[in-house]
Amino acid sequence: MWVLLVVVVVAVAWMIGAYNGLISLKNRTINAFKQIDVQLKRRHDLIPNLVNAVKGAMDFERSTLEAVVQARNVAMKAEGVKQISQAENALSGALSRLLVTVERYPELKATGNIGQLQEELASTENRIAFARQHYNDEATQYNTKQQQFPTTLVAGLAQASPTDLWEIEDQAERAVPQVDLSRR
Amino acid sequence: MVGFVLFFAWLGFGGDLIAYLATDNPDPGSYHHVFPWLGIVLTSVAIIMAWYSYKKGPENVLWSTGAWEVIDPQDDRERQLVNVVEEMAIAAGLPRPRIWIVPDADPNAFATGHEPRDSHVAVTRGLLTLCNRDELQGVIGHELGHVKNLDVRLMTTLAALVGVVVLLGDGMGRVMWRRRGGRSKGRSGGGALVAILLVLWIISWILAPVVTQLLAVAVSRRREYLADAMSAQFTRNPLALAGALEKIEQADAPTAAITRGAAHLCIVDPLGRRLTNQEGWLADRLATHPPLSMRISRLKGMGYAELKKEDGPFTSSALG
Repeated sequence: MWVLLVVVVVAVAWMIGAYNGLISLKNRTINAFKQIDVQLKRRHDLIPNLVNAVKGAMDFERSTLEAVVQARNVAMKAEGVKQISQAENALSGALSRLLVTVERYPELKATGNIGQLQEELASTENRIAFARQHYNDEATQYNTKQQQFPTTLVAGLAQASPTDLWEIEDQAERAVPQVDLSRR
Repeated sequence: MVGFVLFFAWLGFGGDLIAYLATDNPDPGSYHHVFPWLGIVLTSVAIIMAWYSYKKGPENVLWSTGAWEVIDPQDDRERQLVNVVEEMAIAAGLPRPRIWIVPDADPNAFATGHEPRDSHVAVTRGLLTLCNRDELQGVIGHELGHVKNLDVRLMTTLAALVGVVVLLGDGMGRVMWRRRGGRSKGRSGGGALVAILLVLWIISWILAPVVTQLLAVAVSRRREYLADAMSAQFTRNPLALAGALEKIEQADAPTAAITRGAAHLCIVDPLGRRLTNQEGWLADRLATHPPLSMRISRLKGMGYAELKKEDGPFTSSALG
């Protein structure tokens, strides 16, 4: 009788612990995903400054600038993970093309403003990459936990389902920056 | 950690145990020491003092190094530092720590604080001038690794404990001297066991500061490898941190601004690296940091394993 009671108490205590663990992992994953959005927004806000700073000096590179502005506008309107990631990748490509172009204008680089903006842009790209990396780390932990025995027994109770990792789906897009570099 | 607790229990309640044994005679009228008042008084004083120095710890460390906080970055390097710290905070999934610069030409960095929500990362001016962006990122990743592992809290606690033991040891020494002068004659002999315990207890009090420091050092050394690994996990670029450590190793001047009390918090031992670079039993016991060469070779091992896995010399650092 007592043994049974102890077993029940231990089982319930374990269930509470496992359930709460899954919930906190789930919320961390959601939060990590939101962080990517925050960083993407930061990039969108940065682009007008960048374009204004280089506009005057590179009048004849208008097409490169326009490509960036256009890619930004598309990215800001995008909805859903797949569309967002495609639009943001296109924006990354346009931005790296612009940066390569800026490299060709030493007098532009010499003004402090551009150096600062380049640093900001590099940092923003890093932030986005790190936010994705962090999201993938958290999501992997969450997925592993809910699939492992015995936590998998309470996964249904916690309404835990495997989340997607952030990846670059399109092979062509994955290659974009390299194409740009070789065109120099 | 268990050793730590046992050692403190012995320091506090050992005296009571000795008094209990010493007064454990069958005379009904004489004083029998049962209630461990000595231990309780000592423990409560220690808890209050430790709590106070725990609360004030990070503040004191930052103050003693003369660091100033970067609130509004003035030049490109400071702006880059703020960016790098924010990037690493994202990679680690931590709130952004407060950023400080220590006006010292020797490259070094440290983290302090109580918990991730309220943590501080400080780098010296020398580190900013010496390291490039990737290397700075590796160093900051290491410091945020300490924050994420809650090492900063552990180290602040250890520093508080060491400080309290030193102070209490001082006080106990004075009390014991006075006692011995006053009424050593009136004591009835309690046997050889009591005498041995008493001598052991006094010796422990004399050695207490050294022992606590050794324990703190042992904890801190193990944590360094872990923080290096965390940095590699955040940046996915262990070779950058290895490069930074190599550069720091060559700049072998001691960090004058950082004193003994904060040594175990730093990325490399600020008190010159001669001891840190030796291996062997004694160096293992005394140095706050593992040998730099060992850390560098471990990081390089991680880096080359990654290169092999990716099947080619293309890492982010090779491209960027």
